Amino acid sequence: MTVTVTGPATLRLAPEHPSGDKRFKLLDAAIKKHQFRQDALIEVLHTAQGLFGYLDDGLLWYIARALKLPPSRVYGVATFYHFFTLKPQGAHTCIVCMGTACYIKGADVLLRAAEELAGVRAGETTADRQLSLLTARCLGACGIAPAVVYDGQVAGHQSPTSVCSRLKEWLVRGTG
Amino acid sequence: MELAELLAIGERERSSRRPVQINCCIAAGCLSAGSEAVQRSLNDSVKAAGLQERAQVCGVGCLRLCSRGPLVRIEPEGDLYERVTPEQAPGIVAALTGGHADAQRGDPDSPFFRRQVSVVLENCGRIEPERIESYIAAGGYQALFRALHEMTPTQVIDAVSRSGLRGRGGAGYPTGVKWSMVAKAPGPRKFVVCNADEGDPGAFMNRSELESDPHRVLEGMAIAGYAVGAEQGYVYIRGEYPQAIHRLQVALRQANRLGLLGGHVFDSPFAFRIDLRIGAGAFVCGEETALMASIEGRRGTPRPRPPYPAEAGLWGCPTLINNVETFANIPGIIRRGPEWFAAFGTEKSKGTKVFSLTGKVRHAGLVEVPMGTTLRTIVEEIGGGSADGTPIKAVQTGGPSGGCIPAWLFDTPVDYESLTQLGSIMGSGGLIVMDEQTSMVDVARFYMEFCMDESCGKCVPCRAGTVQLHRLLTKIIQRRAQADDLRRLEELCDLVRHASLCGLGQTAPNPVLSTLRYFRHEYEALLARPEV
Repeated sequence: MTVTVTGPATLRLAPEHPSGDKRFKLLDAAIKKHQFRQDALIEVLHTAQGLFGYLDDGLLWYIARALKLPPSRVYGVATFYHFFTLKPQGAHTCIVCMGTACYIKGADVLLRAAEELAGVRAGETTADRQLSLLTARCLGACGIAPAVVYDGQVAGHQSPTSVCSRLKEWLVRGTG
Repeated sequence: MELAELLAIGERERSSRRPVQINCCIAAGCLSAGSEAVQRSLNDSVKAAGLQERAQVCGVGCLRLCSRGPLVRIEPEGDLYERVTPEQAPGIVAALTGGHADAQRGDPDSPFFRRQVSVVLENCGRIEPERIESYIAAGGYQALFRALHEMTPTQVIDAVSRSGLRGRGGAGYPTGVKWSMVAKAPGPRKFVVCNADEGDPGAFMNRSELESDPHRVLEGMAIAGYAVGAEQGYVYIRGEYPQAIHRLQVALRQANRLGLLGGHVFDSPFAFRIDLRIGAGAFVCGEETALMASIEGRRGTPRPRPPYPAEAGLWGCPTLINNVETFANIPGIIRRGPEWFAAFGTEKSKGTKVFSLTGKVRHAGLVEVPMGTTLRTIVEEIGGGSADGTPIKAVQTGGPSGGCIPAWLFDTPVDYESLTQLGSIMGSGGLIVMDEQTSMVDVARFYMEFCMDESCGKCVPCRAGTVQLHRLLTKIIQRRAQADDLRRLEELCDLVRHASLCGLGQTAPNPVLSTLRYFRHEYEALLARPEV
């Protein structure tokens, strides 16, 4: 792969990303807020993922140039941390907490039920891009274990039935 | 800001309070059970009943009994309501004037509450975490003023040393010693870092502390900054805790605005700035050298120590790293004196410890007890024993770095040394109760899978060793292992423990070793019978 790296100076002056995507402006603002500091890489990646949903190669290149960092370093950091995803996510996300408290209260059963229903394994997205099934290390919601996060909303005391009925709604709506 | 101004803010806050406070828990546990709607409904009900002059609704931090949330507590009466729904709010308000509340009542005098002692959590569930006035009214930031105006940095360090406070992150290193090392280290720039990367699955003490009383941690950090001579602090917090991050951001803004942080704190020459660094999901970043790499924007991989962070930390400068709870202990020690603090706990472990009690236990939630309290008191009295009558088999302490302690050793006092002797560790404070239905081999494999996934891959013993250990444990669970495999398991544990670079690898075998020590029969029962 050959890529020419343009100097960051041209980039800072560029009024708009060639794609015309306005989100790059917001990203630029965040990078500027951090004064182009290289140690703000993780913060910038957080912002980028918040804006775009995931980090594709072009975006990582863009950040590397803006912070004057070698692309290998940016890619290395983006792949090191679990929070960053390099693939697009489904319309809905279901995160099953696999922390210890949830695990001994049957989180593995919840996950199996969800996997069976959605037809994908944990970490994957359904073919129709309706649902991403994920696991979390621990949400710190151990008092209400087992916990599942549906589109950012934490729900406690879950059972295989409650998980499945929730997921069915999303999956049915997607095919219908 | 002068002391008089600070006291005036507190006084204004206290005098504007209504006689009755309806405290609704808005920590993450209750929030996910729907406490936001409950709070709104309570507010509406107070207005509808025309009681605005008599009662006010406050969103407070953790009310501790997380498994029964959303919780509502009436102060000063102390009435407690559990599993409150928005529909029950009018009843709760009516009960203030002698009406009937249809919400489920909890017992505020039950051992769960009565056996607890609040030092770190003294404001938890009492103040509004998103209002600095509420913290100031509870005596907040007075310790910082005292440190800056009445004590020299050496006197502050001396007070912390005399209190006997030890690191609450798990290892139990004397805090005073660490502070004086950083203070003595030469260097023009120094840093203070708060480790809020609470990665242990099954632990939520730090989350609760930050969500319930964020200013306390900031005040502790500022005092530390003054004592060691640092002008910049970082809070490294898990990305999985959005609520805690939000409250910290609010708290930082408020403290900066009032001149309690930033340049010229309390009109003194001392300047202290705190920035947040949001983690991105890597357990190894709880290890201090990996954490520093992550703050610097790099992959969170550890490096060999020495040099310790106290000599060469962030960007090579002397750096003080303490856990959230350690910093939260500081304001109390400065305000009330080291002797007051040292009166709690045991000979070698002073003060109290916050635990998150979860698993197969009746009352799950946040618990603070003096050091030296027995596990039996915590699990059976405070926790109320088993949730469904199945006998309790063990508790797991210290997360993936800790071990399982069997029920027959529950009379062990909880302090750093006793738990280490039993092959576990204090850890940051997760206590997970397991009953007879829990397979200990399965638990050991669960933790090994965790360590295998979370190993950063820098050193071979941890990267390859955890994979092999996980394979062996899977083989045992699938009943394909021979007696020889158990021996191999123990050998490999020994190797990974002694040859790994950082704490993650060095302690990864602990769950296996402790379950082998106390529940060997469970392993042996799973061995394949030799073919005859």
